[in-house]
Amino acid sequence: MLPDRRGYFGPYGGRFVPETLLAPLVEVEEAFRRAQKDPSFRRELNDLLHRYAGRPTPLFFAKNLSRRLGGAKIFLKREDLCHTGSHKLNNTLGQCLLARRLGKKRVIAETGAGQHGVATATAGALMGLQCAVYMGSEDMARQALNVFRMRSLGTRVVPVNSGSRTLKDAINEAFRDWVATVNTTFYAMGSVVGPHPYPWMVREFQSVIGRETARQIREYQSGDPDALVACVGGGSNSMGLFAPFYEKRRVKFFGVEAGGKGLMTGRHAATLCAGTPGILHGAYTYVLQDKHGQIRPTHSISAGLDYPAVGPEHSFYRDSGRAEYVAATDSEAVEGFRLLNETEGITAALESAHAIGYLPRLLRGHRSLKSVVVCLSGRGDKDMAQLQDLLPSEGASR
Amino acid sequence: MNRLDRTFSRLRRQKRKALIAYLTAGYPSPKEMDRTARLLEHAGVDVLEVGIPFSDPVADGPTIQYSSQKSLEKGTTLPRVLRWTRRFRKTSSLPVVFMSYLNPIHHYGYARFAKDAAKAGGDGLIVPDLVPEESRALRKLLAVHGLHLIHLVAPTSPPARQQRIARLTRGFLYAVSLTGVTGARKELPPQTMSYLRNLKRISPSPVAVGFGISTPAQIRRVAPCADGVIVGSALINKLRERKPVVPLLRSLRAALDRKSKKG
Repeated sequence: MLPDRRGYFGPYGGRFVPETLLAPLVEVEEAFRRAQKDPSFRRELNDLLHRYAGRPTPLFFAKNLSRRLGGAKIFLKREDLCHTGSHKLNNTLGQCLLARRLGKKRVIAETGAGQHGVATATAGALMGLQCAVYMGSEDMARQALNVFRMRSLGTRVVPVNSGSRTLKDAINEAFRDWVATVNTTFYAMGSVVGPHPYPWMVREFQSVIGRETARQIREYQSGDPDALVACVGGGSNSMGLFAPFYEKRRVKFFGVEAGGKGLMTGRHAATLCAGTPGILHGAYTYVLQDKHGQIRPTHSISAGLDYPAVGPEHSFYRDSGRAEYVAATDSEAVEGFRLLNETEGITAALESAHAIGYLPRLLRGHRSLKSVVVCLSGRGDKDMAQLQDLLPSEGASR
Repeated sequence: MNRLDRTFSRLRRQKRKALIAYLTAGYPSPKEMDRTARLLEHAGVDVLEVGIPFSDPVADGPTIQYSSQKSLEKGTTLPRVLRWTRRFRKTSSLPVVFMSYLNPIHHYGYARFAKDAAKAGGDGLIVPDLVPEESRALRKLLAVHGLHLIHLVAPTSPPARQQRIARLTRGFLYAVSLTGVTGARKELPPQTMSYLRNLKRISPSPVAVGFGISTPAQIRRVAPCADGVIVGSALINKLRERKPVVPLLRSLRAALDRKSKKG
């Protein structure tokens, strides 16, 4: 299974980093390789996933939503019920355990929506690691609740005022921190992006989503689902769901990117739909760039998807046709948020709401799909303030 | 023969060290950058490093982030930097080394960049986010056109790796002085000197040290352990404060010359 030893998924991936980071990346890679083969590491992680994070998360048959959308069976993988409210903890528990094994006292992270930041702060608190999270000042404003949560967990939240003041710039700043502190610090990346080994390691930690799904679907039906659907920013919840089904060619993958105001407007973050291959944050992968190779500003209603690159393995899936990538606009996401609330009483994060918002179009276009699993990657509490401004009369609508 | 090689062998004969000055192309404005570049040779600079700005310079501290962003806002692009170089080359024989993150070069096309950069009168390329493992295609194409791919080595590079990078680099070996991003520092870590002395012992190419170096005092300390020093953020800070760069460069030159006679 990919990646190869140099961290490539076909032509994508690799390690495009300052020389200072090469040795630390090798250190992380080797530690992860050892940990994977070490039964005591796996036991410790599985125990935390079960007793601390609350796994396995349920696979819920969304009967009302299924009926509303024409009859195909829609199942929700409830990562929103994971401790801290998103799938991000699956990864940070793994990485913080590794950090501790390497004797690092400090862990840093970047965050967009704040979900990975909260998950890192949480794992850091649990394991007694000092923690700093870089967050764009624009994102701090739109995800104020998560900023407060991180600070309550004893984490230092560092505002990033450079560039577009969003996730991309938070990653830049986290890299700059790491370049200066490699001896004491572990960088816990939040998605399947960045230099090798991160895309691989984060996929492995998140694959618990797909492994559980493969097992749980058998409680409802005898075969695999026809399709898997998940939102894609960097692409960790989608890769976690997809990867364990990679060999099952009959199962179709749909990755839903942030279409923002619409692909035609240029104000979006749909990297695989509208980008071209390039190098950002340590990997060769699809990026949104201008004609001189400068990274373009992005837009999305959801801070977690507002990112101009994507995990290299997704680039590989795209070119090989293993997955299809589509975009849902801001308003489709808001519609998805409303739809799931109304039909199932489940409040999705705006990121996950992109996957829900795409479902009507998916099912209209693919009438042969009989059962579909959607990754509900996070819960929407963090987005309430933002949505309150957008949907002022929502509370009174029924 | 590449101008860089010529310069370093002349300096070796003269028992002098190289002063390498970094400017962000198009900063503070294309005109002022051009004027500054033309002052360098008389101020004692041996090599000009021209930064092609990038939107996401992860190896750079606040100073060069700022100058890169301002330069991009003024419309600097890779083709414009090459056009400027071509004009500069008509009146100057100072070696010119480009500094660019990989994406703009990749987007322009490696082969096309190698050809156009050589035609413009460039001599080398520094790519701060390109490690040797990923550099083979670009290095070969640059070499076809007589351009050097200058590799960086860091204090975190293990000994065997330092040796490999020293053998691979062309023109000079760029020794990153400290574990961190670019930017002026008051102090360099104490282990810098032994790290540099070791590099000088193992490197077939001249060793130039950069990152954090901004004062004559620092230069007096590192110069005996290296063949050249690279000054970037300190110059950009002067330009940002609208102060002349020549007095700073002269003082750095003097520090470099004084120590190398003794050392």
